[in-house]
Amino acid sequence: MIRTLPTSKTYNRLFKFYVILYFIFLFAPLLVTCVLAFNDSQFPSLPWKGFTLEWFTANLPQRVGIFNDRINLDSIWVSFRVAFFVTLLSTVIGTCGAFLFEQEDFRFKQLLYFLMLAPLVIPGVILGISILLLSNTLGTYFETSWGVDIDLFRPGFWLVVLGQFSFIATLVTLVVSARLKKFDRTLEEAALNLGANRFEVIWHITLKFLRPAIFGAAALAFLMSFENFNTTLFLVGHEATLPINLYLQVRDGSTPVINAISFLLIVGTSMLALANLYFSRKSE
Amino acid sequence: MSPVLLWLVLMIVLPQIDLLVMSFRFEADDGKMIWSFSNYLQFFEEPIYWLTFVRTAIYSILVTFLTFVIALPLAFYITKVVAPKFQGFLLVLILLPFWVSELVRVYGWMILLRESGVINHFLIKTGILHQPVEMLYKDSTMILGLVYTSMLFMVVPIVSVLESLDNSLIEAAYDLGANMWSILFKIIIPHATPGIVSGAIVVFMLTLGNYLTPNLMGGKNSLWFTEQIYNQFIASFNWNQGSAFGFLLLLLSSLIVWIGLKLTRQNLKKVVQ
Repeated sequence: MIRTLPTSKTYNRLFKFYVILYFIFLFAPLLVTCVLAFNDSQFPSLPWKGFTLEWFTANLPQRVGIFNDRINLDSIWVSFRVAFFVTLLSTVIGTCGAFLFEQEDFRFKQLLYFLMLAPLVIPGVILGISILLLSNTLGTYFETSWGVDIDLFRPGFWLVVLGQFSFIATLVTLVVSARLKKFDRTLEEAALNLGANRFEVIWHITLKFLRPAIFGAAALAFLMSFENFNTTLFLVGHEATLPINLYLQVRDGSTPVINAISFLLIVGTSMLALANLYFSRKSE
Repeated sequence: MSPVLLWLVLMIVLPQIDLLVMSFRFEADDGKMIWSFSNYLQFFEEPIYWLTFVRTAIYSILVTFLTFVIALPLAFYITKVVAPKFQGFLLVLILLPFWVSELVRVYGWMILLRESGVINHFLIKTGILHQPVEMLYKDSTMILGLVYTSMLFMVVPIVSVLESLDNSLIEAAYDLGANMWSILFKIIIPHATPGIVSGAIVVFMLTLGNYLTPNLMGGKNSLWFTEQIYNQFIASFNWNQGSAFGFLLLLLSSLIVWIGLKLTRQNLKKVVQ
């Protein structure tokens, strides 16, 4: 059964076979996507026609590589900007949330805590449409009663940022809370005794202790935002984010340019993931 | 305090209320908006709507169950069977693909499975098939895709509960003559229940609310409820009908999560941690 118990050879072999099969299942789609990004063919399929970098670099009439592909480059840039603001907002608010739920006591705390968890139970699609509805209601209200037309309430960049923020902040709160639970509050008391004010204590002691968790949460927030599809789908205006843009291309037929983008994404996120893992191990 | 309150009220509470309100508004024949149940009546009168709804719910439960069946042995292998020095490595290997965008993963499956895809290419090369077969756009492929996308959220919680399972319990049972199955059902699964429940809830939620995988891998036949919502909002521009659908989906997911929690006597707060 387990390491310490005697087991039959067949049991061990079968188990190993199962795990290997699982890993093939896990990595096959990613591997194939990466490999076909370098195939010298007009379609992302076999047979193998030789190695090429043209899907990255070319600027020919029949073949435009990703580095020259305006639409895709633009959407990558939009995604970066969205992810940047979402990360900033949700890290700040999420950390505040963690402090609130771990260190303060107030009326309706249970209710508020439950609300904070709610985005985990609300499907992303619903979050998207409900925020779209609210912003539309607000927009119409402002326009009919004040005569002002506020851009923020239209589907577009800032609505996407707000929509993604609404559930990513929950994740940040949970990650930072987990670390804050381990914090020894006597350290704060000691600092207060030694004459530090509340702000100095939080800045020099508590936040310093939380730093690895906050960075980890920020990395997670960035990635979640960069890759979000469900919520973004309903809020997006004319500036498509990368997942939306890729979705439209995949739906209407595919070229190896998508493989090239996927390859870059896989490499990029793996690096970020490994760096995140490395630092979180180190801090423990 | 106040920014957090602002976030929760503005981004979570008010939108849901607005969703509920919208779902009860209906454009009457004279073009005025009136209060009515007709959006919900529409849902029950039109078989395609509620059939899709039921179908989505049943498939989501099926996907959750399949994910559990695949994940349990894997989690067990990682925590109890494999040599400890490989443990960390295997865990990283499991986590890695899930950092990559869902879209990229689905796209990978599309390249593998479609008629001109990689698997068909190999099957014809080796002479097993003579004619390429379209493997994409079937219910089974859609389920495969959904299981694949949500795998991680089942494996990780189960791994973390199994880590706290004392090996000596299994050893004792073994010494007392218990066979593999009774160890599995009397020791491992009862101990792992909190992890299984939290994994199941997350997987169920993600599957139910998924739009990308059913849409791309299931094609036109996928009939997933989120697609109905999308169609009402974007294609027919009937936001009131769409809101009603959205609210029904929200109700369904909350209901099933609640039943799951009650049946296993867990609560949401514990499950999240």
